[in-house]
Amino acid sequence: MSEDGELVFRRPAALSDVVTHYCPGCMHGIVHRLIAEVIDELGIRERTVGIAPVGCSVLAYHYFECDFAEAAHGRAPAMATGIKRTHPELVVFTYQGDGDLASIGTNELIHAAARGENITVVFINNAVYGMTGGQMAPTTLPGMVTTSSPYGRDVKRQGYPVRVCELVSQLDGTAYIVRRSAYKPAEIRKLRQALKIAFQVQMAELGFSLVEVVSNCPTNWGMTPKESLRFVEERMIAYYPLGDYRVRDEVKTLK
Amino acid sequence: MSYIVIDEDRCKGCELCTTVCPQGDLVQMAGHFNVKGYRPSVFVDPEGRCTGCTLCAMMCPDTVITVYRTARKKKTVE
Repeated sequence: MSEDGELVFRRPAALSDVVTHYCPGCMHGIVHRLIAEVIDELGIRERTVGIAPVGCSVLAYHYFECDFAEAAHGRAPAMATGIKRTHPELVVFTYQGDGDLASIGTNELIHAAARGENITVVFINNAVYGMTGGQMAPTTLPGMVTTSSPYGRDVKRQGYPVRVCELVSQLDGTAYIVRRSAYKPAEIRKLRQALKIAFQVQMAELGFSLVEVVSNCPTNWGMTPKESLRFVEERMIAYYPLGDYRVRDEVKTLK
Repeated sequence: MSYIVIDEDRCKGCELCTTVCPQGDLVQMAGHFNVKGYRPSVFVDPEGRCTGCTLCAMMCPDTVITVYRTARKKKTVE
């Protein structure tokens, strides 16, 4: 504490001191910071390994001061399984978008969850393929316009969105499956708490944990960052309700 | 007096920090451009109303805001 006042908020140590390549207003930055804060709080930076996906967050390994590996498209849970099984003392998390996790990587995710692998998955759901130019993703809302569904997603032709939390929470191997968002400070606090619990679940060896973040994509939604937050609040959360989808009893006793 | 420090050259001008300030308008968008070509957010608090609540920093996707807080003196009742 100095005469200038107490320093109450600054960049967490586990977050690299670089400028990210993310578009203005993208929630990736918020989620990155929260993960870094949780890593610092739990004091696990020297034994944490992240798995970066393919998508906008493909360069996530530049942004964290912990070990990182880069998986082939959608294969992050498989890679995390291998790392966790060979080095059980490590804390392993994957960081995946919806194109990576809910499309090409569905198989890896479902089976990692069914096996009850002791890993943590952070799933960023923004309803489009961001990096490749805003094409329709499995999670795109009905009627939503994307570059590959210019007349809006027609559920008769393109089917219905995949609700990952509801799907995965049916599997017995899972311990902690929750959906959160980051469109306002109160939700950001809840998201941070959920990320912390997810890491603690893994450290207590309780099983598979997944935190879904209902996110935004101002660039590919064709909105300003402020408008995109409103869209998240009004449209995205209506289809992807926030809440706890599976919290095993042992998880409630964690501190 | 509490205050925030904005690393202007890292700001991408997304304006999310301006939406959450409980005091209303302490964080505003600048009239000038930063090195990246965005209009950065700037801290305008001539009356010292900032409480150091950290909401703007929490909302910032690029972690450009650092917050310093000084506890306000409690009003004593005579």
